[in-house]
Parts: sequence; C-alpha cells; structure tokens
Amino acid sequence: MTTSAASPPVFRTCPATGRRVHLPAERLIKVHAVSSVVALLVGAIAAVLLVLTRWQAVHLLPADWFYRILGVHGMSMLIFFIIFFEMAVLIFASTVLINSRQPALRTSWLAYVLMLGGALMVEWMMWSGRADVLFTSYVPLRADPLFYLGVILFAVGALITVGIFFASLVIAKREGRHEGSLPLVVYGAMTAAIIAVITLVHGAAIYMPTYLWSLGLMEVDPQVYRMVWWGLGHSSQQINVAAMVAIWYMLGALTVGAVVLNEKISRSAFVLYILFISMASAHHLLVDPGMGPAWKIVNTSYFMYMAVLASMIHGFTVPAGMELGMRLRGFTQGLFDWLRRAPWGDPGFSSLMFSVVVFGFVGGITGVTIGTEQINIIVHNTLRVPGHFHATVVSGTAMAFMGATYYLIPLIFRRKVAFWPLAKVQPYLFAGGMLVFTLSMTFAGSFGVPRRHWDISFSMAPFDVQFSPVVDVLLAVVALGGLTAATGAFAFIAIAVASVFFGERLETIPTGRAVPGIPPGLTHPPRHADDVDERNAALHAVSRLGPAPGTLVLVFVFLAAFVLYFYVNWKVLSFLWRIG
Amino acid sequence: MAHTHTGLDTPPRHWWEPAHRSEKVWVGIAFAWCMVLFAMMPIWHWKGGQNPSGIRSRTTPVAFMERVQEFITQYQVGDDRGMPIVAPPPGSDIYLVAFSFQWMPILKLQKDVEYTLHLSSLDVNHGFSLYPLNVNFQVVPGYDYGLRVTPTAAGDFRIICNEFCGIGHHVMVGRVIVDDAPAVAGAGGGR
Repeated sequence: MTTSAASPPVFRTCPATGRRVHLPAERLIKVHAVSSVVALLVGAIAAVLLVLTRWQAVHLLPADWFYRILGVHGMSMLIFFIIFFEMAVLIFASTVLINSRQPALRTSWLAYVLMLGGALMVEWMMWSGRADVLFTSYVPLRADPLFYLGVILFAVGALITVGIFFASLVIAKREGRHEGSLPLVVYGAMTAAIIAVITLVHGAAIYMPTYLWSLGLMEVDPQVYRMVWWGLGHSSQQINVAAMVAIWYMLGALTVGAVVLNEKISRSAFVLYILFISMASAHHLLVDPGMGPAWKIVNTSYFMYMAVLASMIHGFTVPAGMELGMRLRGFTQGLFDWLRRAPWGDPGFSSLMFSVVVFGFVGGITGVTIGTEQINIIVHNTLRVPGHFHATVVSGTAMAFMGATYYLIPLIFRRKVAFWPLAKVQPYLFAGGMLVFTLSMTFAGSFGVPRRHWDISFSMAPFDVQFSPVVDVLLAVVALGGLTAATGAFAFIAIAVASVFFGERLETIPTGRAVPGIPPGLTHPPRHADDVDERNAALHAVSRLGPAPGTLVLVFVFLAAFVLYFYVNWKVLSFLWRIG
Repeated sequence: MAHTHTGLDTPPRHWWEPAHRSEKVWVGIAFAWCMVLFAMMPIWHWKGGQNPSGIRSRTTPVAFMERVQEFITQYQVGDDRGMPIVAPPPGSDIYLVAFSFQWMPILKLQKDVEYTLHLSSLDVNHGFSLYPLNVNFQVVPGYDYGLRVTPTAAGDFRIICNEFCGIGHHVMVGRVIVDDAPAVAGAGGGR
C-alpha cells in the first residue's frame, strides 16, 4: 500500500487475493462494466422483440420497426456490450493482475467519454429511424452521417484505451511492479488488445470514407466496403475469442485451481490468433463476385486453418488444465470424477463450462464448416449464420463474461452477489435457452430460411413461397429458446445492477465457510498443497493418456462430431445444381 | 514458489518446456485435421460440381440494365403479372437483375443444360437465394457475377432476396421455371 501523508491512498490490498488494486483503475473498470451491462439491457429488450416477430404466429413488430430493432440489437450487443466489457477486462488485466497502476488517467476518462458519446449518438440515430441500415450498414444503403460519426468516436475511444493498456504493461515493468513473463491470462488479454488494434484500424479505414461518402464528398465501392468492413466486423469477434479464452484460463484458476499445462503451447496458440485470425473477413465474401477462389480459400481458412488449430489447442488445454487442477487437489478417481465433483453450483464455474462446451461443439464446428468456400453456397445469409454466431459470441463470449462478472462483483465492486439462488441457476437458464435457440435456428436455416427477414410467409410478395411446416415449428422453438435465454440475460442484469448499486458491502472475504452471495471459489479458494510439484510429476507419469485423460477422451468426441458435421455438409452440397 | 502454477500467476522464469506426449498428440491430430479442412476446397474445385468461382467482371447499373433489356427483347415468351418470362436457348448467357424490390426477368430454363447466369444489382446489395434448393449468392452493384449453372431437376423455383435491401426486402421474390428437356432437340437443346 503506497500511502503518502499528503494524498489519499491510491492502492488498496485485496483481502481475498492479496493483490494491490489501483483505485483509479478500479473506478474505470466499474464505469466500463456498468456501461456494458446497460448496453446488454438494450440489446436484450431488442432480442425479445425480434424473436417475437420472427415467430410467425406472433409476428409482433411492423416491418420498419423490425429492421430498426434488428440494427439496435446488433450494435448494442456486438459492439457496445462486448467492447465496453473488453475495455474493463483490459484495464483489469493490466493493473490488478500485475499489481500495477493505470497511467494517463485523464486520457483514460477522455477515451471512455468518447466511447459513451459515440454509443449514444449511434443509438439516437437508430432509434429515431435515421439509420435503418442494420449492423452491417452496407454501402450504398445510406444512414445519417451522425451514425457513422458515432461509430468513429466509439472506435477512437476504444483505440485509446487499448493504447493505454500497452503503455501500462510497459510502465509495470519499468516501475518494477511486475517482473518476469506476464501471467497467461494477461498474455491472452494482450492478444485481444493486439487484435483490437488490427480491427479498429480496419474500422477507421472503412467508416471514415463512408462518413465522407454520406456527406457526398467521395465514392465508396460496395465490394470494397464489404471487404474492409468485415475486417472490422469479423475481426472484432476475434477480439472476443481471445478475451474469452483469457477469461477461461482465469475462471478455471479461480473456480477449480486450473493449472497451465504447458505455457509454451498455450502462448503459441495465442500467437497463432494474432498472426492469422484477422483474415476472417473472407468468411462473408465467399459467394461474392469481387474475389477469386484462390483469395477466398487462403483467407477463409486463416491461412490453412492455423487459427482453428489455435482454438482446438485451447479447447484441449483449458479443460485439461481444469482437470489437472482438480486431480492435483485429490479428485483422481476414474476418468470423469473431477468433472462430477466440480463446483457446479458456482455460477463462475458453470458459466465457464457452458461457454467452453457450446463455443466448441456448436459455435466452432458450425463456424469452420460454414466458412468453407463451397459449403457457404448453402449457408450464406440464411438463419444458419446467426445460428452459428449466437453459439460463439453469445453462448461463448457473453456467457464467459457473465461468469467473470460473478467474481468481479465481490473482488472489484466489493459487494455480495445479489439474489444468490438466482445467480446459481442463471448460467443454466442462459446457456440452455441459447443452445435451443442456436440449434433450432441452424436447422431452420438449412431449409433456406433467410436471416434478417420480416416475413417468411411472403404474404405480400408477387409469387408465393411455401416453406415446409417444419420451419414454422422450428421458428417457434427459436422463439422459446430465445425467450428463455433473454430471461437468463435479464436475470443476469438484475443481479449485476442490484449487486453493484444496492448489494451488501464486503470489507473482507471470509474463507472456510459458504456465504450466500460470495462465489465458492473465493470462500473456499482452490489452493494447491505445498507438494503440488511432486503430485504434478506423479500425475504426468502415471498414464500414457497423460495428466488429463478425461479431457483427452472428450476432445476426441469433439473431433468425431466435427468430422461428421463437416462431411454431412459436403454431401448436402453435392445434391445441388451444378454451379461453377 | 511451486513450479506448477495457474494462468493468473507469473510463470516461473523458465517456462519453455517440452509438452507431455498426450498434448503433442492432440496438437498433431488437430494440425492434420486442419490440413484436411484446407485440402477439401481445392479438391472440390477439381472434382466437385458446386463452386462459387464464376466469370467475374465489373459493370455499371446502366450497362447491365441495357444488356438485360436486350436479353428480354430477344427471348421473351410471355409474362406473369407484367414480369416478362424469358426462354433463352440452351448454352447461352442469361441475365438476372436485382433492384429494390424485384428480380427481373422470370427465367425459363431447360433441365440438364448449362447456362451462364449473370447477376448484378442496379442499386444496393441483394441476396440471390434459390428456393427450395437453398443456393445462395451475393449480388453487388457494379459487379457482374457470371455463374455456370446446370439445373438438374425440373420445377417452379423462387428467388428470395436474402440480403437486407430496404423496407420492401421481404416482398422481393422472383421466379425461375425449369422444364424437362424436350424429347426432340429442336434448336440444339440437351446434350
């Protein structure tokens, strides 16, 4: 604690973890997290209106409001909710996790104000009907210039915060607050920050010309727009992936004492993300006229699937680290005893598990498959696309962020988690609803049901289109899954708001006994015994299957599902007309 | 301090260490699978029948619309509620233009005959989605996407717009009719 006589204390020591917390950094983390949850609320209300419209039997909104709310949902969730939260994660990782301070406080706040101002400007334009261009705002659909300006302000603010993140890593070293390599979680956050720079530069490269175009000052080619815009639109999802994986490692450590299996492998996988993951713009251009097959194949595959390899590595090392963490603490029976006896009542742990499993099995497998050049012919702009990305960015990233929040509330906001019994079931509600939602959406999409469409009964179209009755059932199931997940989201928002603003204050975190409102990972920290290195060596030596045999079995189940899904899609494709 | 550590801890000074065999095996298998994923795309270009390659070129809305008008005048055989029905000869270049909120014209094709289908838009992005087959292509203004297509089944098909193009997006439906090839090949029909 650096307390000088003249100024108030700038650091406090965390009673649970013993880490030094920089108070100005803590305030920044709080405002970003709260802004994020407010955006989530807007996006979740929009989500309810949307599913109740696409459920043809209910068909709630009129056409103009459906498309308007669809734009609001996309921007509020994918940009404002996610990026505000990621900024909170970056500030947390570069200060609390390495005992350091947040530099350039005034600039940090300026960056936040830019982001907030930009977000409000965009929301204002969309709600007032001056930006009915959806999330992608494909040129030459035209929105009010203030819409583009709002996005630019938000991106500039985020870019400044990312810059300060790098500065604070340097300062931590220089001031001797942190020595040696960065912890893996911070390394993952740094990966997210590097990808964020790549992404936000694409954003500037497309939104600035588009802003000028909206003022009538220059031309923007529609195909070039699509390519560069997706350098922002898809790459920003890769920030989410990297941030989410970092949070997986963090929640694993906090909830079950997950250890790092091998630093070399995990860090190399993060480097693969940095090198290749930004090529994903091509996923959206596979059936576009502007690019040839060679360009499409190289780019859509992240140069021979090297970023997919990275995810498959994390998909093993994260659960394997958790398994080993449990085994090191004595849960060594059989293949899956560690999984059975894991803290399923800890919302941090259940969120983590659902995030890993749904992201991998649903989001990952569908994503790689539909991002294959030829298979995209039967997928492009159908409901299979939102089916896929709700499994990655919602069931994966948002679920992981929710899990992290259950730990941030006591650790950063120093409050008890409100409505504790609700918090324990919230991940089940959210992940369960999302799973039903994404699977039924994917099935509906395989019938050719378009995404972003107000009325697939085509009641006002010149020629009749009759979808199979199965589609009506599937869309009703989409709505039920969506409403369940939205309930989970509202529960999360209620818990977060009640905890942060009205929650019971925590001066210290008691250990050794369960306290409602404090995650078990804090009251019963999963500490390793003093002889952990000997135990670790013994577990590595005991079997050819390695220290995490259960996980090894699970990843081969995953691979089998992957191979099956991939080739079923090729088979379906081969039934079509000849096209080339 | 113990060597074994979590992702929240600063790692020990020397962490570049060999991985356990099981981890290496998984990385190896995952790498091999990634190569298979990659190889499938060139292989399908070589052996498969469905590829989004096409004959791609730049155009302008005015030039493309002129070509469409010419195409309609040449081969129109009727109309459906004012929309011309066009029956082009087998093997020819055929044109379909998208604009808010219509697909023009209605195409009348023959089964098992190859055509070169040219797609473009006069205004904003549109999405070509052939129902119920579920064949999807992006239609971008200023670009002519020439796809060689061979209908393999007869029927009355629809074209749904699946790229948001404005307030009338959901009424934008076109039509493609595929007839069985005539038994007696009149003007070089069939193959």
